[in-house]
Amino acid sequence: MNLEEYKGVFVFAQQVDNEISSIAFELLGKAKDLASDLNTDVTAVLVGYNVKGLADQLAEYGADKVIVVDDPELKDYRTEPYTHALASVINEYKPEIVLVGATAIGRDLGPRVSARVKTGLTADCTVLEIGNFPINKIGNQPQKENQLLMTRPAFGGNTIATIACPDNRPQMATVRAGVMQKIDPIKGAKAEVIEFNPGFTPDNKYVEILNIVKEVKDVVDISEAKILVSGGRGVGSAENFKLLDDLAEVLGGTVSCSRAVVDDGWKEKELQVGQTGKTVRPQVYFAIGISGAIQHTAGMEDSDLIIAINKDENAPIFDVADYGIVGDLNKIVPMLTEQLKAAIANK
Amino acid sequence: MKIVVCIKQVPDTKGGVKFNPDGTLDRGAMLTIMNPDDKAGLEAALRLKDQYGAEVTVLTMGLPKAEEVLREAMAMGADNGILVTDRVLGGADTWATSTTIAGALRNIDYDLIITGRQAIDGDTAQVGPQISEHLDIPVISYAQDIKVDGDSVIVQRQYEDRYHEVKAKMPCLVTALSELNEPRYMTPGGIFDAYDKEITVWGRADLKDVDDSNLGLKGSPTKIAKASDKVRKGAGEKVTLDPDEAVKYLIGKLEEKHVI
Repeated sequence: MNLEEYKGVFVFAQQVDNEISSIAFELLGKAKDLASDLNTDVTAVLVGYNVKGLADQLAEYGADKVIVVDDPELKDYRTEPYTHALASVINEYKPEIVLVGATAIGRDLGPRVSARVKTGLTADCTVLEIGNFPINKIGNQPQKENQLLMTRPAFGGNTIATIACPDNRPQMATVRAGVMQKIDPIKGAKAEVIEFNPGFTPDNKYVEILNIVKEVKDVVDISEAKILVSGGRGVGSAENFKLLDDLAEVLGGTVSCSRAVVDDGWKEKELQVGQTGKTVRPQVYFAIGISGAIQHTAGMEDSDLIIAINKDENAPIFDVADYGIVGDLNKIVPMLTEQLKAAIANK
Repeated sequence: MKIVVCIKQVPDTKGGVKFNPDGTLDRGAMLTIMNPDDKAGLEAALRLKDQYGAEVTVLTMGLPKAEEVLREAMAMGADNGILVTDRVLGGADTWATSTTIAGALRNIDYDLIITGRQAIDGDTAQVGPQISEHLDIPVISYAQDIKVDGDSVIVQRQYEDRYHEVKAKMPCLVTALSELNEPRYMTPGGIFDAYDKEITVWGRADLKDVDDSNLGLKGSPTKIAKASDKVRKGAGEKVTLDPDEAVKYLIGKLEEKHVI
């Protein structure tokens, strides 16, 4: 493999029902940084059916080029035709970096593509940067420059590893949603659009979709929220979440929760923060009646400001909180809501 | 029908993570368990066995100690156990792990391979789809329901806001979510029988159609540049105040930080 042949930062621009997923814009934002460090450009790979019209949006969020793979076989996500599409693009255009969202699609597509093009894949990255590998020069061992260094949590968020892929190309990563920053869209930006179709011939690997069942939920994306008012089992009941709803409303925030709350059926899984839920990093995170098990804190400890309210003074949540109140949430939260209302009204 | 379930022995991150005095993880002090998604995959296989009749083989790659999870699986009802263990296979990333397991699977007849979606130590969700690619069979990830229909499987494949009901011809590979079911307990008779059964142990030489360059640490395209235990942000202020004092304190802080 001649590594020098591989150039450019590629992003898999996930779309579902011909709507680009937010993760695609986040990846483009990061790809722009990486491309500027490498003095190269950013290409979005748009895979689907009748999706060409979405290319301008990708340009507005930072794509210099958009490769469109458009085919009826690609209407709804299926592992094989999407793998064939992305792997063929990689083999044809030879990017040095390929970023894929760590979504239910990307975490299936990424591994299958990496196995097909015979390269490494680092999962669920939270930090991506360009640097040397090895990071520090060891003896006479050669150090490679301009490598993608991919940092990810492991072990339930207890360890952090930085991974490189020095001898294979492309360097592939899936990236957690809600971590990378989108750029402010540049209205009217245009990208060079390249249409590419490697041909799709169904075989036994093309599974048949019998049915698509959309779970109609009126649920907000908590990873997008600037202020999260999050409750745990200490809130006491589904009904008592009303206290949190009221506080969230005053602050223009969103309610989220811990795993225990989902297990008890008080809230939907989509609102769960933590290792098996979503990673969030809002400007303010209220942890109310949340003890703060490591599986929870792994998903929220990078929030700018963490405020914890808990009656147990030994709750581990206080170890990550900026401001911790030991006390009864049933008294404090409603009073806080009322006084905030007054304080905001006076501004 | 022949079903192979790939399982992994993992440290129990849920039961309480232990740290050494220097702040690093004390892996030796942590209990090991069968990875939860894998256990759900095993349960799904055992239910298919109960319903349609099937031979269920469990396969694991790991240290010799990983035999424990095979015994556990057999005590739950799996028929055969295969342990893939060899020093040269150590240090494998997901690529080299998947080539190893695919190399082992090429020795066995299978209609359906089930893996967990992901293991709780690495959380990558890569090995299942990568195995399927090496074996050139279809994969359905994130299964929340698995049924057999003649020579096909019908699986509910979960996404964030929907599921697809998907049909694939066997042989194929399915990755299981722990939400799939509630795994059964081992039975006393099962535990007794499990310790009587032979476990097949395979090393490097038993892997079929895999080049050395794809195995172990050397065969891993990804390399660890740096690993550290997470440095936790120190605790901030903790106060115990009457509710009205507490509220005043919080509003003061929110103003100070320009949140309001």
